[in-house]
Amino acid sequence: MQNKYTDWKQALRSGLLGGIIVVVLSLIGIVAAFENTYVVNQLVSFGEILILGPVAALSLSAIRKATSRQAGFLILTAAISGLASGLVILALAGVGQVINLRAMFLNASEELYAIYAYKQALVPGLLLRLLACIVIGALTAGFTLLPDRIKSALGQGLLYVVFIGLMGRLLTMMLSNWGFVAVLFKWIFTANSLSLVGAIVVFLLTGGLAYWRHGRPKVKRSLEPRKQKVIRWSMLGGVGLILIFLPNILGLWFSEILDNVGLFILMGLGLNIVVGFAGLLDLGYVAFYAIGAYTIGVLTSPELGFFNWTFWQAFPVALLMAFFAGVLLGLPILKMRGDYLAIVTLGFGEIIRILVLSDWLKPWLGGTQGIQRIQRPVIGFGGYARTLESQQELYYLILVGIVIVAFIAIRLRDSRLGRTWMALREDEDVAVAMGINHVTTKLTAFAMGALFSGIGGTLFAAKIGSIYPSSFQFLVSINILSLIIVGGMGSIPGVFVGALALIGLPELLREFAEYRYLFYGAALVAMMLIKPEGLWPEARHRIELHEEETPPPEEEAATATENA
Amino acid sequence: MDNILVSKKVTKRFGGLEALSKVDLELKKGAIQSIIGPNGAGKTTFFNCVTGFYTPEEGEILFNGHNITGMSPDRVTQRGISRTYQNIRLFKNMTAIENILVGMHPHLKSWLVGAILRDPRTVREEAEALQEAYRLLEYVGLKGRGDMLAKNLPYGEQRRLEIARALASRPQLLLLDEPTAGMNPSETQAMVHFIQRLRDELGITILIIEHQMRVVMSISEKITVLDFGRKIAEGTAKEIQTNPTVIEAYLGRGAASGLGEATAKG
Repeated sequence: MQNKYTDWKQALRSGLLGGIIVVVLSLIGIVAAFENTYVVNQLVSFGEILILGPVAALSLSAIRKATSRQAGFLILTAAISGLASGLVILALAGVGQVINLRAMFLNASEELYAIYAYKQALVPGLLLRLLACIVIGALTAGFTLLPDRIKSALGQGLLYVVFIGLMGRLLTMMLSNWGFVAVLFKWIFTANSLSLVGAIVVFLLTGGLAYWRHGRPKVKRSLEPRKQKVIRWSMLGGVGLILIFLPNILGLWFSEILDNVGLFILMGLGLNIVVGFAGLLDLGYVAFYAIGAYTIGVLTSPELGFFNWTFWQAFPVALLMAFFAGVLLGLPILKMRGDYLAIVTLGFGEIIRILVLSDWLKPWLGGTQGIQRIQRPVIGFGGYARTLESQQELYYLILVGIVIVAFIAIRLRDSRLGRTWMALREDEDVAVAMGINHVTTKLTAFAMGALFSGIGGTLFAAKIGSIYPSSFQFLVSINILSLIIVGGMGSIPGVFVGALALIGLPELLREFAEYRYLFYGAALVAMMLIKPEGLWPEARHRIELHEEETPPPEEEAATATENA
Repeated sequence: MDNILVSKKVTKRFGGLEALSKVDLELKKGAIQSIIGPNGAGKTTFFNCVTGFYTPEEGEILFNGHNITGMSPDRVTQRGISRTYQNIRLFKNMTAIENILVGMHPHLKSWLVGAILRDPRTVREEAEALQEAYRLLEYVGLKGRGDMLAKNLPYGEQRRLEIARALASRPQLLLLDEPTAGMNPSETQAMVHFIQRLRDELGITILIIEHQMRVVMSISEKITVLDFGRKIAEGTAKEIQTNPTVIEAYLGRGAASGLGEATAKG
């Protein structure tokens, strides 16, 4: 029975860890801050989830590590883990009664202990808390014992309730001008969180969907290529339609976020060529963004008064500038690799920012005051001309930009040039020995990346209307790099997913107020731990898994005979 | 002109160490020839000098009568010399077929504009290249493996893929660096046959670096033995097997007399 004891020891350890996580969250102040943020109105607060969530999670890990699969044993193990967590929480409250912890931890307050004790008298309340922890542990074990189908239904249902409950305010805001849907939502939501009825509806809907999907027999899809093509195009068309109506659906505030996400997608697509395809780590990528934006600024702003061009006159010049800046940066660093390359590009990015900021170039670039009154793009001719001014109108311009850039990126990836970049990324020496000229190949990668970033810059200038050096911080380069990594190195759809996750998510997390970036950071760390290859990795990694099913057409018959 | 490759007194130094000293070598067109020698004898260094990875300090290398000494690796490849590596160096995260397509690089033309616009010429060029790549894949016995990532292929197939990639540049001269390293006897035998097929069917001249005497003896028409960067012997398999200097280099002084016969039998 050695096993039992080691399992229980393991459970104790897990439980202690769970308790410590709760204590840390409490001392940071998150638990108390979300005491009144309800997921289900007046019933389940997010603060409570932050206490019981870690306890449940660590019980789950204790169950996973247990050596026996016997039901009673598992429940006991999980309960031990819950008990250990509960004791840690109680210990904090206990110590807090004896010593004044507030001297060190501002948040170790009576209110926190009251939350722990469910607002009851301290002793019975804390005992109730301990019981809750044990029950949660045991319930987790019960949960794992359920059949898979019910497990996934329950799990999904609960997750969606928490998610939708938290996003309540955003969702109601988003849907407020939706007529009957808004009325429907009024019924599901009360005061920024789900009503009890709403929670049950959401739980049944999402859980039911998961239940249904899990039970469906997995049909091997073997549609003929023509049908597949039709399906693909109609799906693309559907996405296109949604994208066209998105600003109207979501309203002004979301359009602004979408514009930001769009600009980062543009730059991400560019940097993806440099870093993802060609494997050249570029930390000064923001420089090209700045060059695009400033070229538009200098050429169009009447304030500086040099040229007074229109946006579209200045646009090609800005692209050329960015393109050649890419070549220029590429030239001195052709022989560098890895870390050295990163440092030099970082330097380049800073040089551009400092130049823009400098007094020396102030008459030209405006120095710290930046450039104001940049011309907005005008589309159409004569009487039909229309200036794109609002965030919603500029959204379409950015959308068109993304479509063109993504199209070019896909074509490049699938071409001889794309293969050449990847070969250079994989093994530069061998690539050169294969007859690849690394000078032109690298320069093309830099120039294309710079060009895309330049497009982003011009649209940014058009969107903001005035530009300042502070918009082109080093942090922007890092953000773009992170979104590529989070999305999946070298993956074009990954750029979209990454931009949505990294630029869009922080905006949506406004619900968490000052803890926004804490949650954001935690989400990033979790993402990289769970899916290190990125949220949407490059297709070839998935082709790999199916290669036996889909040999190239003319090969099929031969492979079959060979295998036979 | 009979010799496809001639090296004249090629010397390569790394600091004080003379990795190659005055190595002369002549390679007949259409021949299979080998370079053998103990570890660190300078075999791979010689390959690197021929393919442009290193520039020799002295001497010159002629390919088809043209001096290619110190030429950059990409231009050497374009001239018609292709190679494989001792420790397989495929593009690991690319598929097998993409590896071969990269090998075809010198014979394709499309670049930036062609890639974006996909004009008819580019489309045709790519289609033809793909077709030829599949043909090569089949030729080296990897049919149906085209969509696998190179790193996920079994060891023996990686070696074959590397040869296919080298063939893709349509070389006149193929340099194979220990093509049978890490293979069991039957795999080795298959590789030996395959190398002979390359020469007989494609008419490619082949220069092999080998460690294992047994492999070399069965296929090479001429063998060059290097030791400490110097050429210590040259001749047919039979001549090399009985050459006391060679046996000494491999087995040490004193072993020459006793083991000479054993090696000859092996």
